[in-house]
Amino acid sequence: MANKFSRRQFLKLTGMGGVGVVVGSALPGVVLADAGDDFYFVQLSDTHWGFEGAPNPDAKGTLKKAVAAVNALEQQPDFIVFTGDLTHTTDNPVERRRRMAEFKQIVSELKVKTVRFMPGEHDASLDQGKAYKEFFGPTNYTFDHKGVHFIALDNVSDARAMIGDEQLAWLAADLKQQKVDAPIVVLTHRPLFDLAPQWDWATRDGAKAMELLMPYQNVTVFYGHIHQEHHHKTGHIEHHAAKGLMFPLPAPGSQPNRAPLPWDPAHPYKGLGFRSVDADVDERKYEINEFPVVKA
Amino acid sequence: MALSIRARLVVSAAALAVGAASTYVVAQAAQPKERVIKVVASRFKYTPGNLKLKKGQPVVFEFTTADVPMGFNLPDFNVRGDILPGKVTRVRLTPDKTGTFTFLCDLFCGSGHEEMNGKLTVVD
Repeated sequence: MANKFSRRQFLKLTGMGGVGVVVGSALPGVVLADAGDDFYFVQLSDTHWGFEGAPNPDAKGTLKKAVAAVNALEQQPDFIVFTGDLTHTTDNPVERRRRMAEFKQIVSELKVKTVRFMPGEHDASLDQGKAYKEFFGPTNYTFDHKGVHFIALDNVSDARAMIGDEQLAWLAADLKQQKVDAPIVVLTHRPLFDLAPQWDWATRDGAKAMELLMPYQNVTVFYGHIHQEHHHKTGHIEHHAAKGLMFPLPAPGSQPNRAPLPWDPAHPYKGLGFRSVDADVDERKYEINEFPVVKA
Repeated sequence: MALSIRARLVVSAAALAVGAASTYVVAQAAQPKERVIKVVASRFKYTPGNLKLKKGQPVVFEFTTADVPMGFNLPDFNVRGDILPGKVTRVRLTPDKTGTFTFLCDLFCGSGHEEMNGKLTVVD
């Protein structure tokens, strides 16, 4: 698609991804291409609307700035995904719903109206996803876009960080309808592999999902939860964690506790951001570009 | 002294029996008594939060929760349990290595969940 290629060329030539760009072509199995029915989507994650604290003095402004940054993209994405922790947890069911309503109102300002949501544990674990479903619909679902099969997996509504046998059976039934070489993208909140179990950065029955996905040749996972960019491979399946939009977290296992990294007044919003994912459908490849909340 | 084949078999059988008995006694002596450690989980801490064990000493943790459902996960020893209100959750462990290890709540319990962890120290 010519205009898509122009967007990529533009990104490469100008460094529009900004500070902290990861050019997907530097990743194993990720290359640039300009053919086929390509498209791109934007992933935002871990907005934690309702959080207050020193790790982000602009807690009420960061999400709005991110929405503005997405709206300012030269070419708008086909759709946008939010991979969980839309809101920061609260014990108060009324406050939980208030935060979800505010979040929804803010992201309604996105120019792109096809927006896919999924929950994080902060949204769903204290009430098994009840409030989340009222505002955003089902916690697991599939959709197809230009030949790519997307699967949103819920590994948070069960507070034990489990997908659960029922959803795994649903996943198995869905996968049975796919060809072995079908391009499949899994969207989820927690890592489906044991990234850092000592920090609860895992899904207790994630290995069961991976076992179901493993026979398929072209599966890529995009997730959140860890508030930083991270790339991992399980066999041939790539996992790409996104930055958050409230506070960054330290590298997996790099310190005793997973406390938020302190706000850096000299570099506000450092470590926060969102990404675009360019899908080359024919080649079953994805190019990832990271964007800051505000330009440096 | 020369022994008949039958006599040698009897002696061997007796020796085996003694050996087996000895082995059994030794095995019994090598089984230290299981130590019981009670731990209360509450939002967002474990009490006590610093546990000290001896390598090779079997323990059984008896977990209860003072409020909401919690988890106990000790990844370095691959042991965990769900701690549910009104129940005692027993988790058995015989540490086979020394060092300081982190245990954590792996059942999302609220706004302080990410800070809910403790230390387990195992010494020789």
